[in-house]
Amino acid sequence: MGIERAFDEIMGIGGGMVPRKELAPLGRWIEDTPPQELRRRQQSAEATFRQLGITFAVYGESDASERIIPFDIVPRIFLADEWQRLSEGLVQRVEAINAFLDDIYGARKILDAGVLPPDLIFGNAQFRPEIAGMRPPHGIWAHICGIDLVRTGPDDFFVLEDNARTPSGVSYMLENREAMLRLCPELFREFRVAAVDSYPDRLLETMKSVAPHGASNPVCVVLTPGHYNSAYYEHSFLADSMGIELVEAADLLVDDDVVWMRTIGGLVRVDVIYRRIDDDYLDPLVFRPDSALGVPGLIAAYAAGNVALLNAPGNGIADDKAIYSYMPDIVKFYSGGEAKLPNVETWRCREPQALRYVLDNLEQLVVKLVDGSGGYGMLVGPTASSREIEDFRAALIAQPERYIAQPTLALSTVPTLCDAGLAPRHVDFRPFVLTGSKGVQVVPGGLTRVALKEGSLVVNSSQGGGTKDSFVLMEGQAQRLEPGQMTQTMGTMTQGQGS
Amino acid sequence: MLSRTASSLYWLGRYIERADFVARLVEATVRLDVLSPRPAGEAAWRSALRVTETDAAFEATGAGVSQQNVARFLITDSTHPGSIVRCLDMARNNARAVRTALTREAWTAVNCAWLIFDRHASAGGAQATLKLVETVQTEARGFEGAVHKMLRNQTTQFIRLGQAVERADNTARLLDVKYHLLLPEGERVGGVVDRDQWTTILQTVSAVTAYRWLYSEGLRPANVIDLLIARQELPRSLAASVEETVEILSLLAKRTGLHGEADRMARLRNTRMGKTRTGEVIVSGLHQYLRAFLAENDLLHAAIGRQFKFG
Repeated sequence: MGIERAFDEIMGIGGGMVPRKELAPLGRWIEDTPPQELRRRQQSAEATFRQLGITFAVYGESDASERIIPFDIVPRIFLADEWQRLSEGLVQRVEAINAFLDDIYGARKILDAGVLPPDLIFGNAQFRPEIAGMRPPHGIWAHICGIDLVRTGPDDFFVLEDNARTPSGVSYMLENREAMLRLCPELFREFRVAAVDSYPDRLLETMKSVAPHGASNPVCVVLTPGHYNSAYYEHSFLADSMGIELVEAADLLVDDDVVWMRTIGGLVRVDVIYRRIDDDYLDPLVFRPDSALGVPGLIAAYAAGNVALLNAPGNGIADDKAIYSYMPDIVKFYSGGEAKLPNVETWRCREPQALRYVLDNLEQLVVKLVDGSGGYGMLVGPTASSREIEDFRAALIAQPERYIAQPTLALSTVPTLCDAGLAPRHVDFRPFVLTGSKGVQVVPGGLTRVALKEGSLVVNSSQGGGTKDSFVLMEGQAQRLEPGQMTQTMGTMTQGQGS
Repeated sequence: MLSRTASSLYWLGRYIERADFVARLVEATVRLDVLSPRPAGEAAWRSALRVTETDAAFEATGAGVSQQNVARFLITDSTHPGSIVRCLDMARNNARAVRTALTREAWTAVNCAWLIFDRHASAGGAQATLKLVETVQTEARGFEGAVHKMLRNQTTQFIRLGQAVERADNTARLLDVKYHLLLPEGERVGGVVDRDQWTTILQTVSAVTAYRWLYSEGLRPANVIDLLIARQELPRSLAASVEETVEILSLLAKRTGLHGEADRMARLRNTRMGKTRTGEVIVSGLHQYLRAFLAENDLLHAAIGRQFKFG
């Protein structure tokens, strides 16, 4: 599977240098802007990121403890109808995830119906028996979902992973757009791009909408593990853009099942918490007792219905990689229809037959730890050394239930600024889906991650991947507009920005 | 406002002020060492260590007292908690913890100051040292400018409170040590080296020109002491710093409804300050006066922490 056969988001099939017809203006822009100029703008963006401290920490690297994620200046673009179809699939999937969580910690109808093997739930480290029987305010569990997608052809989108715990990256969606608006304003005259900057408002709306009953002007906060966390920039960015407090566990206390924060004027009651701390560390009385990051009594307050937690504790069971392979059945069970967004074909190594196939075809497969993330603990068969393959073979045989395997897909590419100029590089995509008491919404944009190494399929920032802005074009966007049409378009654009 | 946020803002103010002060001190010492007709050399660097109360810590490093060694210790030594690099590190940590409360400009100023040292392993010779400390001062000014343009709310008030408390501390230390700085053997009071040392004090608090405006006579130690203790017009004087803490505390009280022990202490001290006659202070013992002032400053610091529940 070489790059030459991959679908290119801008150039289409065939890998030539002629853009898909809807994207002709981008082709002209690339032609008109010399690579040195693109590089200059890209460097300027990265310098700004460093100055602003838009960084992430890489664990286990003391010398480079803070890095910026490389930013690529050529955007990836979704046509309006592509986005429409994607959105429908995303809404359906997130609704199913919420229904699944509500069911699995409640009546467990899906197990009665025999859709899932019960041991997959009850033997799963991501299942939280402590949460069973609790119901979050308004019955919503996965308020903020990041669904990782890949594309292999014009109409072929696949879900690679569901992130229903604490998906990160939304600050990059917003900062990348800021950078593009500043550095390449001409592109926004060529294309009517849906605005992403309403995200913080939508998130705050979502938070307020799930406040426990009775709170008329709910106090919302973002809970961070602290400024040594790799995503701290994002936590502070979100709290800042929503205009709410960024708290650490030590700022909170629970008294009589009510959550309070310590302020200079005394204690203030907290109603809604967007927590960016994993379940394990959330409340030492319920989960890991050695956690210093948590708030003792938080889960009791939650169980008493006095505080909303976003996302709900226990969500890990919905985005577990072992559950993932059942997601098409889960979607069907709760929505009554076929999943609009298919999964990537997945072998569950816990099943002997699948394991045999995986062991026989390691060179062609991507093997992942069920509970791994960030590109750690995975084998990319086609690029792995025979030594790595043998190591993985041994690990698979020893603990097959810890692994799943997927084919290496011909991931789509986007032209990316490399040392030798523009060249296609593989990308994936993480859109963000918000669920509040008033419904599900997909923010028109997301995080495009790009593998900067030629031929590489690994896009994780911790593995040297970069990011791009992701344009979602608005309805009616086609070729460059004639001057006469400009005024009208500008008018609509202003409206669109505010929506 | 979260108590932790208030505490971080206050400390951010203190550390930025401290980094700026150490930068000024190093700059003035380099000048004293290099530019005076007869280099004051070692003694000047020794006194810089005493001002920051780090003589013992420096001695523990085993390095000899020289421009290169002391400047490196005060500027880039990451094992020395009072070095500029560590102050900026702490300032940045506090700023990161309260990023949501700062404007982009204020955060960027702190971050840029910190980034300078990310790329400088050593302070180098006199010229490189001067350049480095000048950059620190520039960034500190940038930070003050950015804070000045922020909303005049609790956020800026806590930063300014930290700065004012720290400034009072720094000026008192500077005055105490330089006054007692022993003149090299054979030097006479009022001689060249003595003069240079008093000029250094004025340079450290950027008051050389101010002195000329306020005092028509030539350089006289009693006048320098008067300027640094009692003159309201000089922002770094004890009187100005003390009055500023009173002002900021009452602004905070107005905004938050919180007032108490810290306000009372600060007001009391301000009233006493207004009655201070420099001449009497010198006669009855400047050292004792300054030591008492520093102790009182620490008490005020503790009272502020209690009043706003810094925890």
